[in-house]
Amino acid sequence: MIKVLYFAWVRERVGVPYEIVETQSRTVMELVEELKQKERRYEVAFSDLSAIKVAINQELCEFDTKLSGATEIAFFPPMTGG
Amino acid sequence: MRISVQLNDFDIGKELKFFNNDDTNIGAVVSFHGIVRNNCAKSLLHMDIEQYPGMTQKAISKYVEIAVERWSLYDALVIHRHGKLLLGDQIMMVATAARHRRDAFQSAEFLMDYLKSRAPFWKKEVTKDGYQWVKSVLDDESALERWT
Repeated sequence: MIKVLYFAWVRERVGVPYEIVETQSRTVMELVEELKQKERRYEVAFSDLSAIKVAINQELCEFDTKLSGATEIAFFPPMTGG
Repeated sequence: MRISVQLNDFDIGKELKFFNNDDTNIGAVVSFHGIVRNNCAKSLLHMDIEQYPGMTQKAISKYVEIAVERWSLYDALVIHRHGKLLLGDQIMMVATAARHRRDAFQSAEFLMDYLKSRAPFWKKEVTKDGYQWVKSVLDDESALERWT
């Protein structure tokens, strides 16, 4: 089980700030594909992956990063702090 | 080293006064603070800053540690606010303390560059017509290249 979090407009499109997901996916990309097939709102949220960043266990990673050891995964647009 | 992610405002004068003022090796302190400015259409009502609570502290600490090591800093301070901010409000501040001013200036700039595009904050501009998420700009991303 992985806690999946969403921030900013990704959160708005998915409709929840976080959810617990039961998955067999091996990589971030596989998880994204799995979610996209589940419901339309995920398809909308993940339609342009070049506009989305991902973090596993609160560290930035890539879409081809493996999910082994992941307890928390977050999807969000590029940061705009400062 | 102090990192604070907070809702409340901060007093720059007070922060700098207590910023490692008892270390006699420090010869230079540089501080920067960012404030909420109006948008191009001059229609900003307020700004909402969202954060990823578990990750913000961790991400900022990582870059502060790199800066301390790279520029031999004696101290570093980062304060970043989140939540609702009004026009003219202070958003964040960075301060660095070094033996010489060059290291203090460079490390403060480094921290600002990384805070902008590597710390998990997202700005939302609220106007009377609705709101929009602030888009990241390519310049912010390419600003990181000069530090690698």
